[in-house]
Amino acid sequence: MRITQGTFSMLPDLTDEEICAQVQYCLDRGWAVSVEHTDDPHPRNTYWDMWGLPMFDLGAAAGVLAEVAACREAFSDRYVRVNAYDASLGRQTVALSFLVQRPTEEPGFRLERAEGPDRRQGYGLHAYAADRPVGERYRTGRHP
Amino acid sequence: MTDRWSAGVIPYAQMGYWNPDYEPKPTDLLAAFRVTPQPGVPPEEAGAAVAGESSTATWTVVWTDRLTANTHYQAKCYRVDPVPGNPEQYIALIAYDLDLFEEGSVANLTSSIIGNVFGFKALRALRLEDLRIPPHYTKTFQGPAHGIVMEREYLDKYGRPLLGATVKPKLGLSARNYGRVVYEALRGGLDFTKDDENINSQPFMRWRDRWLYCMEAVNKAQAETGEVKGHYLNCTAGTMEQMYERAELARELGSVIVMIDLTVGYTAIQSMATWARRNGVILHLHRAGHSTYTRQKNHGVSFRVIAKWMRLAGVDHLHAGTVVGKLEGDPHSVAGFYDTLRLDHVEPDPAKGLYFEQDWLSMPGVMPVASGGIHAGQMHQLLHHLGEDCILQFGGGTIGHPMGIAAGATANRVALEAMIKARNEGRDYLVEGPDILKAAARRSRELDMALSTWGDVTFTYESTDVPDVVETPVVV
Repeated sequence: MRITQGTFSMLPDLTDEEICAQVQYCLDRGWAVSVEHTDDPHPRNTYWDMWGLPMFDLGAAAGVLAEVAACREAFSDRYVRVNAYDASLGRQTVALSFLVQRPTEEPGFRLERAEGPDRRQGYGLHAYAADRPVGERYRTGRHP
Repeated sequence: MTDRWSAGVIPYAQMGYWNPDYEPKPTDLLAAFRVTPQPGVPPEEAGAAVAGESSTATWTVVWTDRLTANTHYQAKCYRVDPVPGNPEQYIALIAYDLDLFEEGSVANLTSSIIGNVFGFKALRALRLEDLRIPPHYTKTFQGPAHGIVMEREYLDKYGRPLLGATVKPKLGLSARNYGRVVYEALRGGLDFTKDDENINSQPFMRWRDRWLYCMEAVNKAQAETGEVKGHYLNCTAGTMEQMYERAELARELGSVIVMIDLTVGYTAIQSMATWARRNGVILHLHRAGHSTYTRQKNHGVSFRVIAKWMRLAGVDHLHAGTVVGKLEGDPHSVAGFYDTLRLDHVEPDPAKGLYFEQDWLSMPGVMPVASGGIHAGQMHQLLHHLGEDCILQFGGGTIGHPMGIAAGATANRVALEAMIKARNEGRDYLVEGPDILKAAARRSRELDMALSTWGDVTFTYESTDVPDVVETPVVV
């Protein structure tokens, strides 16, 4: 399967040049750009691992691209996303978020059901990727 | 003063409801009315009559006024301006002291301002154009249960409008078939699907069955895409108790969102907004029925006022026009509605029909919903007119796709993402829109098919509710 989280997931994967253009758009608006990665793409997994801190005072997209490249190298089989954060009053939230790497194989999710009364089903989403033992999942990468 | 208190009928203006020297206080609630007096009624008297009938006055002098601080309680018409190009109409500005209104009650506010006065014989027509709601009153309302920022974080969707579709046909589908449409549309790429305003609990589909099948569809689509999805379960019902019962089951089944119609009434809307915040469920409002009083320019209530009331009442979503679709909506007026729903501070702007400055004091924004006769081929125009914080709902434009519902959803999502990408890359997307879509369609058969099916469909009728062509003065 192909998860469709992020702003551009229904388009072909972005090239580095296209990523650069999106990052520059964010920097031009004063948004802090950051890189995050995970092996658990559950939609409620809010806190992906941070690849360093948000790059607050950066003006050129090339710096972000270098961090994206380093993160991809350290975690070649994980999801990697670029987030842009708008700290202005009234927003103070993510302004743009898009994937820049997917694992070679995306195992997807199992829909779990629990039979309830009155024809109700209790639903749960189970990420197959999270089945691996903790030691394999959270091995330390080469952080910057 | 003897004249003022003599028994019998005297003009409203003489009773103090016309007061051109009055300087509105920062705590006053201000209203702009479009007044069409009967022949022979002077505009000041017409404005005073509106002020009187929407506050303390009745048709004759009553001595019991003298038991009150009557000049404090009476509303004051402090300005009347002729409407350029329309000699029959005037804009009357009226100030109301905040003591006239109960805190946190849209019902009370509306019972005062539009309660009796619209049937008044001395006026041929009357329209409430805009309100300035002072901060002191705004702060007595809960406001949107979640608001735009919280909704985006809850859904984990950023940087683009959200996509939805109303299930069609709007009436007649069984719950099982209905859920199929929901499933296909969500797995194809939409964020939301929606009950229509008149889908409640009819013989062909009872509400509880719809709840169960729709949540099956939502959860399956989430598993297939790894995204948060939702279906607006319309809780509109005959009684408040039934609405709560339906909302409770939606919450128990894990729905991220429920829905109500404007027809349930202001008090029920506020109750549901309180429920929505308490239970962490997003609240969608369909503006069913609004055109009966918002559309005609000479009589009724402008939708910008309804938008203000609904932001106070506390809904998270509100249908606010598409500009390019099948339903009424002049671009400038619609921009005014969207500003009113989304911005924290709104400047007066005659071109957008905004008469007053309006501060929201960090009250969360309402997500405007564009729905009705829009399709993927208009994506550049929709983004240009409506911006990023909105929900684009393509009902027919999803379900009517020749390759199927999921393909229709994919076409819309690809078109949207391609347009956002192009905009961010700095392209002149409004001009290049058709080319951007064509390029994206070369890599998406779904979009290609959508463009060849609907690419040329437009609804070019003249709007009835447009701001005055020559600018009327604006009060700062």
